[in-house]
Amino acid sequence: MTLPAAETNHQRDVHPNQQQATTLRKMNKKLNKLAVYLILILFSLAFIVPFVWLISGSLKSSTELFADPPIWIPEVLNWSNYTEAFTAFPFFLYLKNTLIIVFFTCIGAVLSNSLIAYGFSRIDWKYRDGIFIVVLATLMLPFQVIMIPLFLLFKEIGWIGTYYPLIVPHFFGNAFFIFLLRQFFKGIPKELSEAAKMDGANEFIVFWKVILPLSKPILATVIIFQFIEAWRDFLGPLIFLSDNSHYTLSLGVQQIMSQNDPRWGLLMAIGVAMTLPIIIIFFFLQRYFIEGITFTGSKG
Amino acid sequence: MNSQKRNMRNGLLFISPWIIGFLCFTAYPMFSSLYYSMTEYNLISDPSFVGFNNYKQLLFEDDLFITVLGNTMYMIFVGLTLTTVVTIFIAILLNTKDIKGISFFRVVFFIPTLVPFVVLAILWIWVLQPDSGVVNSILGLVGIDGPGWFSSQTWAKPGFIIMAIWMSGNMILIYLAALGDIPKSLYEAASIDGANVLQKVFHITLPGLRPAILFNSITGMIAVFQSFAEAFIITDGGPDNSTLFYSLYLYRNAFQYFNMGYASAQAWILLIIALLMTMTFFKLSKKWGFED
Repeated sequence: MTLPAAETNHQRDVHPNQQQATTLRKMNKKLNKLAVYLILILFSLAFIVPFVWLISGSLKSSTELFADPPIWIPEVLNWSNYTEAFTAFPFFLYLKNTLIIVFFTCIGAVLSNSLIAYGFSRIDWKYRDGIFIVVLATLMLPFQVIMIPLFLLFKEIGWIGTYYPLIVPHFFGNAFFIFLLRQFFKGIPKELSEAAKMDGANEFIVFWKVILPLSKPILATVIIFQFIEAWRDFLGPLIFLSDNSHYTLSLGVQQIMSQNDPRWGLLMAIGVAMTLPIIIIFFFLQRYFIEGITFTGSKG
Repeated sequence: MNSQKRNMRNGLLFISPWIIGFLCFTAYPMFSSLYYSMTEYNLISDPSFVGFNNYKQLLFEDDLFITVLGNTMYMIFVGLTLTTVVTIFIAILLNTKDIKGISFFRVVFFIPTLVPFVVLAILWIWVLQPDSGVVNSILGLVGIDGPGWFSSQTWAKPGFIIMAIWMSGNMILIYLAALGDIPKSLYEAASIDGANVLQKVFHITLPGLRPAILFNSITGMIAVFQSFAEAFIITDGGPDNSTLFYSLYLYRNAFQYFNMGYASAQAWILLIIALLMTMTFFKLSKKWGFED
């Protein structure tokens, strides 16, 4: 707090209207704070309004959708967009496909990155930090640079049109997650591993029985990030999936959008259905999430 | 086996998934991409070697390539700069002393980054509708006749920039974390010296944020280079190629025209540009470090 410093400041200050000056300063502070709140609320509104607009659109009839000036609250809540969303395209099949990819990539991400991060943080070996710089450098590699040869490689081994290209690479580490886990593992006291080793545990047992159980929060962070990434993904499925029956929700929705006369009310209903689960998950787990990011940020 | 050797073996064992993954899914693709970039390859007949032809064609003959590069640079220099200013501004506000409901605000600003790309497209097509969209109707309230956004050659890119700012929640979080690391005593000392808010921002906050700005600029730049889904779904490069961005053109060359070699050359030029820009960012960041 500024109190002691401000006090000395006052003592130096030989102001005739000291009392008045302090009240003024206090009022100023209050006004400043009010302004901060006002601007924050304005910005928040700007961030929220598009969602409100999406929800309101999903409940509109097609004539209300195109009304000018726009209508915020539809006259009759038109729930048919939602019921039709499940029948207009194979919603549940696409949902299942999406969840298969999400599930296996999450497993891959947790298993591989925790192992790798352990090797980069809890064991001292030559070249370790040099190799870690290569890991970080891959963060700056745009996917487009490797996209074409990956496609050709997967085509060669007959994986195009299967989930393998979308899942298998996740079992081999991801620079961002390795970084995140490594930071966390480094914070666990060395004595814990040493005590276990005294009792005869080898490195893998230490990893499995000591480090992993202590790392649940950060593993949760990895799972949530991976979940969102796989759930949002568009380019991967677009390139690697070929058969309609394998499509993810994203591809299914895009298919409807590219029709000649897309039904927008329906699309907005699907949009709400695709976003709501994530927002709900996020609300429950936001502590992990935001700590995960801010943690990385401050060390980045 | 001595402990040093054992540690080496264990370390390598633990990171072996990464080594395998790096070799198969990063290093090998990079080198083969370099090879493909010097071939003509349409997936049907075998690749035929053409040397630097693809590069020559891209840099000197392909007018679209220049357009694409210009569009992308616009998104970086105008878009990323604006995003940086807005996100720092919001982060500073959020960092105000004992603000109530900070976790609420953090959630609000972060949620847009969770939205699936297709939903993002649906959402913003509607928000930026020329006649019945939210943005234009709000502009109408203050007497401004809003533009056609995604259907206008001039306003389509600014439309994407607004969208990018809306999705910049993780940048705000990173700035917020970095602000927390700036020692409070610096501000107190400045207050005693009679510094005003702006002076504090320019002499304490911004220099203190330099590493975070560097980090966000580089990851933000890579994100601009990679951004694909939004433009692919919303405008498909139009109107009149004004939103044909680098990744979209690369995708077209590869998966619509099946010019795998040409697209690979484009990928390598992208990599070189990204590297050069990253180095420039680092240099600039250091230079600014000396000046303050």
